[in-house]
Amino acid sequence: MKPLAIEKTLVEDWLGDLCDDFDVFSPSMTKKGFYDWAPFQSGTGLQVPTGVPKSSIKTFFFPQPEVLFHFKASVSDPDAYRLKEPDCQERKALLFGVRPCDARSVVLNSMPYEPDPYFQARRKNTLIVGLLCKESCSTCFCKWTGGSPTGREGMDLALMELEDSYLVEPVSERGQALISSTIFRKPKEQEISLVQELYARKNGEDAASTLRGKELMALYEAPFWNQVSQSCINCGTCTFLCPTCYCFDIQDETLRGKGRRIRYWDSCMFPLFTQHASGHNPRGDKIKRVRNRFMHKFKYFPDRFGPVSCVGCGRCVRDCPVNIDIRQVLSNMLGV
Amino acid sequence: MGSEVKMNPYLPYPAVIEDIKVETEDGNLKTFRVVLEDKEERRAWRHVPGQFAMLSIAGKGEIPIGIASSPTEKGHLLFTVNRAGVVTTALHKMSVGDPIGVRGPLGNGFPVDTELKGKNIVIIAGGFAFTTLRATLLYMLENRADYGKITVIYGARTPGMLLYKEELKAWQNRDDLDVHITVDREAPGWDGLVGFVPTIAGQVKPSPENAAALICGPPIMIKFTMPPLEEVGWKDEQVYLSLENRMKCGIGICGHCNVGPVYVCKDGPVFTRQEVQRLPVEF
Repeated sequence: MKPLAIEKTLVEDWLGDLCDDFDVFSPSMTKKGFYDWAPFQSGTGLQVPTGVPKSSIKTFFFPQPEVLFHFKASVSDPDAYRLKEPDCQERKALLFGVRPCDARSVVLNSMPYEPDPYFQARRKNTLIVGLLCKESCSTCFCKWTGGSPTGREGMDLALMELEDSYLVEPVSERGQALISSTIFRKPKEQEISLVQELYARKNGEDAASTLRGKELMALYEAPFWNQVSQSCINCGTCTFLCPTCYCFDIQDETLRGKGRRIRYWDSCMFPLFTQHASGHNPRGDKIKRVRNRFMHKFKYFPDRFGPVSCVGCGRCVRDCPVNIDIRQVLSNMLGV
Repeated sequence: MGSEVKMNPYLPYPAVIEDIKVETEDGNLKTFRVVLEDKEERRAWRHVPGQFAMLSIAGKGEIPIGIASSPTEKGHLLFTVNRAGVVTTALHKMSVGDPIGVRGPLGNGFPVDTELKGKNIVIIAGGFAFTTLRATLLYMLENRADYGKITVIYGARTPGMLLYKEELKAWQNRDDLDVHITVDREAPGWDGLVGFVPTIAGQVKPSPENAAALICGPPIMIKFTMPPLEEVGWKDEQVYLSLENRMKCGIGICGHCNVGPVYVCKDGPVFTRQEVQRLPVEF
């Protein structure tokens, strides 16, 4: 599939057109002073921050809450307490300006979620227009995790920002279908060579292959976990912001005769996460919970699926209230 | 294993409680006989002893419960449930005829048709962990020629806390079965064995020759049952354990039940002791 180009001044028009067929979302400055995902609105000026917005795009694939089932909760109803699947007639969504780390997170989450019909339906229904990175933030480390600032994994379209234009590379068939309009033009020689130069930048080492070779219990019993966990306050911020933290809880809610079974994000940082009805708790100690999170990302997940369950977006580094740095933990693990 | 793959793995089969039996003197354990509503689904249901299912009560939630009935008992499923949390308490308040949901069968189960075939079997259980071992024992008795000597060691705190009391009596009268039922301390009217399960296991001294042991019980019982077995030559790879952890999805996604790299719900709940020894102690 051949790349095309679009003038920067025309991108808003293009997104405006796409709003006919999609719910379009893009990063936008919030009143709180940070960028986050919001519905795209024509005429407000497109904002494209360096680095990733505050929250990840997992919310579009794994919303909170996801309604798994509805049921009627009145005894007089013959259909009472019978679970019914919700109608999934939602409009298609399109995410504009997704960074390579976030786009890749969807591919990684898809691995455990392979048998999950809700996630897979949303994945089918959501297009990702990626924006490749020319610069990285101080918290970025995608290169360590098997990703790349110019990685196109998980995207339908990949945009590279140039002086006055974007080079637009279709990555999937459905991405190709997004750029049939006459707004797009053939790219100039110079635009192509500029992008190829950026693509050719070298990536770092992939931590997954090194970690897969390490002995599980040697990593588990390493002394540094004690130090890492000491400062952790188990707030769960890292797990909620993390694009590849995908654990969930399922709960039933009823109100005025109507009920629903929902699932929503849960965090392995919370003591209740593993507590048995008997009160026994297999990960009752903080060190066990902290260790489980990192071990899951860097050992359990790659042992099962191949890549590490981290895309190096740096959100946890940016927002951890006690400055736990996942890169330091990863270095410690690589050093075992 | 497993019935036809359903499109939505979170959707339980609609079912009805057909019978409720109070098992123990404290009333905290009840066995629910459950029938899937749909005739086709009922016919298509297949499970392996040791597997579990999610019992679903709309409005309350779901809980993982071992299937206490053998696959050879057709038409219904048995679940012996200890009253402990929100859902089990709600279940204990339900009556015959009430609707519930069953999602499963889930997990791996005991390898009754593969590794355990042709072996001498030693079943060791404590308290209410006997449920899936009852399913296993019944399955083996239905296919008696496939197994060698079968020894059962089962203990509870008091005679009144033993599960499946009538069946225990019937099993004790069989001559193709070596049954040792014990209670923790002397009790009026009890003329059977007295002593903890590990002590009885030490007296029975089951031979490890061409044998497998299936052990379910509180962790402390399992811990103290191992030394007397090891003393007579049992190896970790001959011992099968069934783990339990908090679960939500039951299909290896939600992250609640993992013990290190394995999901109890999907990779287990049955593991050999050798496999368990390689895992972090997070169960």
